Amino acid sequence: MKVVKTASAGTLESNDVLVTVEPGEGIKLDIESVVYQQFGQAIRATVMDTLAALDVTDATLHLNDRGALDCTIAARVETAARRAGEGV
Amino acid sequence: MRRSLLFIPGNNPGMLMGADMHGADAVIFDLEDAVAPTEKDAARILVRNAMRAMPDLGVEVVVRVNPLATDFFIQDIQTMVPLHPKLIMPTKVASAEDVAHISAAVAAAEQANGMPEGSIGLLPLLETAQGIENAFAIADCDLRVKGLLLGAEDLSSDLQAIRSKQGAEILYARGRIVMAARAAGVEVYDTPFTDVNDAEGMAEDARLARALGFSGKAVISPRHVEAVNAAFTPTEDEIIYAREVMLAIAEAQQQGRGAISLRGKMVDKPIVDRAQRVLATAKQLGLEGSDL
Repeated sequence: MKVVKTASAGTLESNDVLVTVEPGEGIKLDIESVVYQQFGQAIRATVMDTLAALDVTDATLHLNDRGALDCTIAARVETAARRAGEGV
Repeated sequence: MRRSLLFIPGNNPGMLMGADMHGADAVIFDLEDAVAPTEKDAARILVRNAMRAMPDLGVEVVVRVNPLATDFFIQDIQTMVPLHPKLIMPTKVASAEDVAHISAAVAAAEQANGMPEGSIGLLPLLETAQGIENAFAIADCDLRVKGLLLGAEDLSSDLQAIRSKQGAEILYARGRIVMAARAAGVEVYDTPFTDVNDAEGMAEDARLARALGFSGKAVISPRHVEAVNAAFTPTEDEIIYAREVMLAIAEAQQQGRGAISLRGKMVDKPIVDRAQRVLATAKQLGLEGSDL
């Protein structure tokens, strides 16, 4: 899927994550999280797995995480990517 | 048994992940009214992921989908059916024809996912005057239909009635939907009580629902679960009386007597049936004194 515009999903409420996806070259992640020290790598892995499943190879993502579980992070990344993309 | 069915907004991760913590007998993951039109996609994906992540939630899962007449309906069905919710709750169901269309969509999704036809039951939400008037046909037209739920807020609007806590404006609908469901042999659930801060009003409304014949009641706040569960749980006095009825009947049969009386009242078949239901419910809940 090709990212063709900027789109967001999620909220800044507790247990959620606000994800913004915009066009870019390669995958670039900017992660801000209240639990970054403990779970930063796990969050990164979840985002990369989700993008791979959607066949997104070029995009810049900003995540503002408020303690979301993996399944929530994956849901918000997928929603933002689908809103930003074409071809899925 | 579903004494309480707790609505959980489909786009709220915190509530979805804690859905099993409130003591409700069933939870309703809501893709309809609790979700803004611009967030339908987000809620559908979030509920899907939550159900995949929590396959053994320990509480029965119902999914409320968007109305048949919307573009969201078929996407909701195709996404939710493979996740094996116990029931799907179609909204604004008005006729047996609606049920036929909904059932066909569910059957197609079951087939596409290699699931046996009929795996997923339906709990139609009746919330229009037409739906209430067609309640028996809706309950009786398809084996997928396992129960009916009354939705009083939309119904009151459709009736051009003024919604009240006492509920005089929905008394006919309550009686009608219970009658229809019992005649069709399916369960029937009462509309939620919407004042989150009125605990006594909530308890009274739940007791009325049980007295009218409902199987349970939907709730919109975790704070209402306990009161609803209590209203639909047999009391100690009811269990004691039910045991006395069953023992008296057994004794009369041994002695070859027909009619018997207990506590000054005649005990006949409806009394025995009610006693059996009380004891069966008590046994299901593991209550003391339910075994004879």
